[in-house]
Amino acid sequence: MTATIVTITSGKGGVGKTTTTANIAVALASMDQKVVCIDGDIGLRNLDVVMGLENRIVYDLVDAVEGRCRIKQAMIRDKRLPELYLIPAAQTRDKSAISPSDMIRLCDEIRPDFDWILIDSPAGIERGFRNAIAPADSVLVVTNPEVSAVRDADRIIGLIEAEEKGPARLILNRLNMEMVKRGDMLSPDDVLDLLAIKLIGIVPEDENVMVGSNRGTPVVLDNKSKAGRSFINIARRLKGEEVAFDEVNEKQGIFNRLTRIFRAGGE
Amino acid sequence: MIEDQKPVAIQIKGIKEGLLVTLGTGRWSELEDSVLKNIEAKQNFFQGARVALDVGDHDLKAADLGALRDKLSERGVTLWAVISTSAITKETSKSYGLVTSIYNPRVEIANEAAVHFDTALTGENAVMVHKTMRSGFKVTYQGHVVVLGDVNPGAEIIATGSVVVWGWLRGVVHAGAEGDEGAVVCALRLEPTQLRIASYIAVTPKHKGKPMPEMAYIKNGQVIAEQMNDKEVGK
Repeated sequence: MTATIVTITSGKGGVGKTTTTANIAVALASMDQKVVCIDGDIGLRNLDVVMGLENRIVYDLVDAVEGRCRIKQAMIRDKRLPELYLIPAAQTRDKSAISPSDMIRLCDEIRPDFDWILIDSPAGIERGFRNAIAPADSVLVVTNPEVSAVRDADRIIGLIEAEEKGPARLILNRLNMEMVKRGDMLSPDDVLDLLAIKLIGIVPEDENVMVGSNRGTPVVLDNKSKAGRSFINIARRLKGEEVAFDEVNEKQGIFNRLTRIFRAGGE
Repeated sequence: MIEDQKPVAIQIKGIKEGLLVTLGTGRWSELEDSVLKNIEAKQNFFQGARVALDVGDHDLKAADLGALRDKLSERGVTLWAVISTSAITKETSKSYGLVTSIYNPRVEIANEAAVHFDTALTGENAVMVHKTMRSGFKVTYQGHVVVLGDVNPGAEIIATGSVVVWGWLRGVVHAGAEGDEGAVVCALRLEPTQLRIASYIAVTPKHKGKPMPEMAYIKNGQVIAEQMNDKEVGK
């Protein structure tokens, strides 16, 4: 086994990186993949909360890097899926506690034992972001259909290209088709026109996502949720499956337009 | 302050793939220091650069190389290759996934110098940016700027001459930045956040209809944007 390392980042805060990471991880693990998530947000950790594992933390990422424990000891096994693990961030330190080289070393050490290593990047473009993308084989950029989030995503994509980690792929999170139809929200077309990268998923706005995060039960585990299905589709596309873009398949017209974009960007 | 002390000799050259930094002899800590000082002194020049490092016969351990790569990354410089005659260094570089040989860098430089264009045009400098300029990317140039790609919101072009964008211009653009009122700005789709020519400033009005290639220039003290299919284009 050699893990593929995927970093999830966004530039702007609050667009749903952590929720996305947790959900993709759960989706992959439910497909019998062996997955470990690393919370890169040292000092402001919350991936453990979203995954419902906060009360099991003994050691964290910084402990492992600084040699106070073995990496295996810092891994928390998920309570629902036996093949899903989390390496939590330290809450009492800051981003400078580890360096990009530390992350590369750590990921290389655990790479043989997993299929996927997912890294949840902190917001911003500083040290924490550089730590998170240093070991990445592939990068997913999360954005909302909102001008400021798209602007930050654009910047981040530029930085990812400069670090030679590109091309990044895009997750458009919290899309509300009603608002798009009224012309009150950027459409997937608008966003893709600007960012010009390949789309890997569209996640519709869904109350269940927040409910799941608060309960520590990622929404993917809920079969009825639309957002949950989108995350499963993203996980399948990550694995290399061809999955049609029917996330917002309420009107046939939109569906057609999205397939067209996907083909044009995709090759 | 850096000029005063005698720095350890390092050479910086432009090659096709980016920059080639060649280190002289000396202790590694001094060499590293000298590279970093050089980069800090020319921050604008090095910002976002891809650097190949020729370390000669130095034996580099993983920790040294890792530390250097982090330090470069903090200064906005990407280390992509380390060239060395030392087997240890080569091994270390490979373990970091760095390239260990560039195709004849020296020859390429020689060729570049040898190619000589005979031209009657003098004093016209231009730079070509062949990629999409994303948010946060800035080009400042003494001369004209040509972009093959989009200029996204948050990107900035400042040129003393004219600016031509073969794509969708949505960032900030300043042509004739040192006062040349004859400078123009052209784009296939001209919708800049802000457009400046010399000391005149304009913002894009709300667009209607099909986008057309446009050219902006100064006429009677005003910035005018004219569609390129118009018969009366020009000055």
